[in-house]
Amino acid sequence: MTLERADAGADEVIRVQDLTMAFGSFVIQRGLSFTVRRGEIFIVMGASGSGKSTLLRHMIGLQRPAQGEVLYGATSLWRANPAKRERLLRRTGVLFQSGALWSSMTLAENVSLPLGEFTRLNTREIREIASLKLALVGLAGFEDYYPSEISGGMQKRAGLARAMALDPEILFFDEPSAGLDPISAKLLDDLILSLRDSLGATVIVVTHELASIFEIGDNSIFLDPEMKTMTASGAPKRLLAESDDPALLNFLTRGNAAGRQRAAGGATRLA
Amino acid sequence: MSAATLDSRRLGNGVFQVDFGGNWTVGAALPDLSAALREMGSSEQIGGVRVSATKLGAWDSRFLAQLTHIIDHGRQQGIEVDTTGLPGHVQELLRLAYAVPERAGARRGESRTPLLAQFGANFLALLDDSRAFVEFVGLGTLSVGRLLTGRARFRRVDLLQIVQECGAMALPIVSLISLLVGLILAFVGAVQLQMFGAQIYIASLVGLGMAREMGALMTAIIVAGRTGAAFAAQLGTMNVNQEIDAFKVMGVSTFDFLVLPRMLALITMMPILCLYAILMGIVGGAIVAVSFFDISLMEYLNETQRVVRLRHFIIGLGKGAMFGVLIAIAGCLRGLQCGQSAAAVGSAATSAVVTSIVLIVVSDALVTLVLNRLHL
Ligand SMILES: Nc1ncnc2c1ncn2[C@@H]1O[C@H](COP(=O)(O)OP(=O)(O)OP(=O)(O)O)[C@@H](O)[C@H]1O
Ligand SMILES: [Mg+2]
Repeated sequence: MTLERADAGADEVIRVQDLTMAFGSFVIQRGLSFTVRRGEIFIVMGASGSGKSTLLRHMIGLQRPAQGEVLYGATSLWRANPAKRERLLRRTGVLFQSGALWSSMTLAENVSLPLGEFTRLNTREIREIASLKLALVGLAGFEDYYPSEISGGMQKRAGLARAMALDPEILFFDEPSAGLDPISAKLLDDLILSLRDSLGATVIVVTHELASIFEIGDNSIFLDPEMKTMTASGAPKRLLAESDDPALLNFLTRGNAAGRQRAAGGATRLA
Repeated sequence: MSAATLDSRRLGNGVFQVDFGGNWTVGAALPDLSAALREMGSSEQIGGVRVSATKLGAWDSRFLAQLTHIIDHGRQQGIEVDTTGLPGHVQELLRLAYAVPERAGARRGESRTPLLAQFGANFLALLDDSRAFVEFVGLGTLSVGRLLTGRARFRRVDLLQIVQECGAMALPIVSLISLLVGLILAFVGAVQLQMFGAQIYIASLVGLGMAREMGALMTAIIVAGRTGAAFAAQLGTMNVNQEIDAFKVMGVSTFDFLVLPRMLALITMMPILCLYAILMGIVGGAIVAVSFFDISLMEYLNETQRVVRLRHFIIGLGKGAMFGVLIAIAGCLRGLQCGQSAAAVGSAATSAVVTSIVLIVVSDALVTLVLNRLHL
């Protein structure tokens, strides 16, 4: 698969250019280049340990690239000064793989904190918005619980509510549906779609959930841990139909590459 | 239980056959594989290796581990190892074990560093550490600047909670320790002073000692152990849970939000605790003087009042505030530097206490020297 060149238009939100990620001298991935467009649901796929979470950390300013660039619009995230970087990142919301809720605060306080920091709303309004966000992820009534008092899947959803608190333009979700039951996972997909459709948000999702990859993914990349680079990019359905890379096909068909037709059929039925 | 047996021999067609029998389990005594492996070592004489298990009894992961020895050894020598003679379940588990090839570069080699290199690395780490400390002090100053101009944001509840935790809750232990320190000072001094019939000076000894030195020092050491360690553990755990990362991406200054309230709490609470410790120490001295050395309470208090001046209190409380800043910095710095594991949180807490105590004692020595030169 070849990378589709972006026609550097205004709809380009994030561009990653020739990114190399490494811990010390241990290279995780190299030569990553891709573009995320406005209003797109962009899926990052790859085997466990291939560097998906690490890629997100590079895109949200937590880890400096060994080489290459992360561009928000025309501005390089890593060459901008800290104040500028902070301003770029204020447009984003992040759900960490572990949830990363602030453990000394209740769920409502977790969601309220960004609202209190960056808006001029009064306490009552903030509280209302926080309750609404929690209700959107199916946690109505849990406002006053502490993160340690709810289950892992609920923590994930609360993290999602916090990421959405400020209605950011760009959302990063690291495995949002891991640990969720199938029904909640489906509701989550619906939520992501409606965030995109109603607010015009751009969503970058790391996920292994094949059903949701095919249902919500507009565009995707596939990170191969053996080749240490991205071996494919494009719409997931198109990759499934056209790719001839065995690693990617196995990923998209749960190791059952011969069943490609069946999975593709299922995918179109889902859509 | 039949004992584990290993039967390895060359077949006529040049194939080397290894046959396992008996029980190959965690609890069993196993025959030595090394002879068989050595024999496999000479590949030009061997047309292939076949492992089989015709009389195998019970087996578990230990059997599999022994098999992987043979297979890995064979692969290194470029010999094909035929496992079709093994039971189906064993073959299936082996297939899974070899399904995902080892990631190139992922395995950690054991590297030994020479002593001199270790010394150099430790020295560089110390330099880095000092730089981090200075940087942290700088960030702290900027943060206080933001606080004074009303731009620093943190939750008032957090501040109050920390104040309660490091102030009010520390009272019992501070009372106990400083009362005892007062007692000890009085006893140690009194024995000497009694020889000159000058017991009344117990009051000045205890009063001056507590006010200028021991009040602040003992309080600081208690607070370093209680609160400094707690700060490091709290922030360290937040770091492990990626809570700190969550603050960073949200654009909330971790310094303003987490470090500043802790620093403020200690700056305000330390002088108060010190004052309390000084008074408790004087009470301790009075108990000894009155009950063992025949001094009336009024005499003791008068003597204390005559010698201990306001400036001595100011020096003591000033030191207390300074120690408070140092404890907060050491605790928060170690917490934020914490690694990604539970063990790292533990060592962050330990390191916070050690760092605080070193900083406290060194700075106390410097201040005492300077005050002495200034005749204060
Ligand atoms: N702090 C670290 N130090 C060294 N290596 C690390 C560190 N964190 C991650 N790695 C390495 O980086 C690689 C990618 O890790 P990452 O967490 O990005 O994987 P992932 O694709 O998100 O996997 P998963 O789907 O299991 O979450 C792993 O091989 C891991 O060994
Ligand atoms: Mg991950």
